Amino acid sequence: MPQEAGDAPGAGSSPAPARRRPRILDGWGLLVLPLVAFLLVVFVAPLVSILARSFTDPTTGLDNYRDFFGSPVYLDVLGNTFRISGLVTLVTLLLGFPYAYLMTLAPPLWRNLMLVAVLIPFWTSLLVRTFAWVLMLGDTGVVNQFLMSIGLIDEPTQLIRNQTGVLVGMVQVMLPYAVLPMFATMRQIDRRLVQAAEGLGARPISAFWRVYAPLTLPGVAASCLLVFISSIGFYVTPALLGGPKDMMIGELIVQQLSAVLRWGFASALAVVLLLVTAALLLLVSRIVNIGKFMGGER
Amino acid sequence: MNTKLLCRGALVLLAVLTALYLVAPVFFVIPTSFNDSSFLEFPPKAFSTRWYEAYFQDPAWINATLNSLQIGVWVTILSVVLGTAAALAMVRGRYPVKALVSGLVLAPVLVPYVIIALAVYAVFLEMGLTQSVLGFVLVHTALAVPFVVINVSAALVSFDERLEMAAMSLGANRVTTFLKVTLPCIAPSVAAGALFAFITSFDEVVTSVFLAGPDLSTLPVQMWSGVRVQIDPTVAAVSTMLLLVTLALFASAGLVRLFRARRLAEAA
Repeated sequence: MPQEAGDAPGAGSSPAPARRRPRILDGWGLLVLPLVAFLLVVFVAPLVSILARSFTDPTTGLDNYRDFFGSPVYLDVLGNTFRISGLVTLVTLLLGFPYAYLMTLAPPLWRNLMLVAVLIPFWTSLLVRTFAWVLMLGDTGVVNQFLMSIGLIDEPTQLIRNQTGVLVGMVQVMLPYAVLPMFATMRQIDRRLVQAAEGLGARPISAFWRVYAPLTLPGVAASCLLVFISSIGFYVTPALLGGPKDMMIGELIVQQLSAVLRWGFASALAVVLLLVTAALLLLVSRIVNIGKFMGGER
Repeated sequence: MNTKLLCRGALVLLAVLTALYLVAPVFFVIPTSFNDSSFLEFPPKAFSTRWYEAYFQDPAWINATLNSLQIGVWVTILSVVLGTAAALAMVRGRYPVKALVSGLVLAPVLVPYVIIALAVYAVFLEMGLTQSVLGFVLVHTALAVPFVVINVSAALVSFDERLEMAAMSLGANRVTTFLKVTLPCIAPSVAAGALFAFITSFDEVVTSVFLAGPDLSTLPVQMWSGVRVQIDPTVAAVSTMLLLVTLALFASAGLVRLFRARRLAEAA
């Protein structure tokens, strides 16, 4: 059957306007300087100072890093951080992927309602939502009441100050960041490809997994990596919903500083966290344009 | 066919549960705040506004709110000015090491806030900037400015530069062209950036917890201490008020956008 080749929507870009004289710095370019100067002083300089401090406080050398990598207690915290972030990423993907997929199928009104449900947590204060979870997941909270009323449990189970609490809180925070980019990717996919596969005899399920799913892969991979990266730096949610056994590296940094005033060690932890974050971001930037990714929605 | 229907049903059920999970905490807080009990039972056994009264009668809460508003306004002004200028440069200008500068401008959103908080706290402590409005404004601006840059540069990329050429060919100079043609066109995105900047500052917990102290506290810091150790029921009232304000702000921003889109559609 002859068929017109579908034009990829939005693929054509307007021709670049003729560029002005090739100069290294022009009038418009100067306008970036105030912000660069501001960020160098307020953001970069402090980061450099803690980098230096991690090697000099209290003694010069690698002692802080040796302490960290030599101690099972601290390595456990690093392990917790990766484990919890990995679980958050997994649950976010399991809930977010079907949700984003259904958004592409839903009629406009329902799609907008689904979008609002994603945007509401996006817009509301993290602290407010975490506070709500503290109340809802407590021993006498709604969730326990509900589970007991339907007879699933006989006495309140602990849902807070443990890993469950952290996961419930963090996944709710990260879901919008996963759903929105996945929805953006899925909306671009030409559904006729799936129809073509079915027309050629593929069962719907295998058409979905072998034609549709691979096309969503770039969006899915980027979402997962961004969720993971954001998760490893979390502080507020694990501090309020997690227990002492689930301490993540962000909490350890604060604890080392406020409880024992180990500036150098806290700085070394921050440097480790920063390096892990940077390495993963480098990986993401191979997949997508991060700037576009963050500003693309809304 | 049956399996397809079953799949759809399961998908819808999962999506409904996910949507509930996303909005539940938001809508849970509102009725809870009108509790008569200090245990914040749900559903509340008796209706009361005592936690709202507690908020308005406590100078600590009121001062924290005023500080947050003051800091938020300064952050908005500073980040709109710095961010819009930078967006103009990034979209239209030429300058060395462009990729590096873009990375630098986005970095504050990508670096975990705990790290920024620790680093800035260390430096500000030596400079005497902790517990000062200036200190808060500086850090919050660094965190907020990327949102302005992202919003404004997106608008500039889609802006038709021929409009400027038309204005100039009709005799307007560069400044007039910018003020009367370019700025009105990108104004909605600047406003969106400003809204994001304000909310980023108004909501910021981590860096604020480091910088705050008995002399200067902000609303999120006050809420943090009301949840961290023991639950202060006043937080429920504060949360409800915050929710209503931010939802109203974003909803009105959304409506404005909708109206503009409709007007444009009618004009076309």
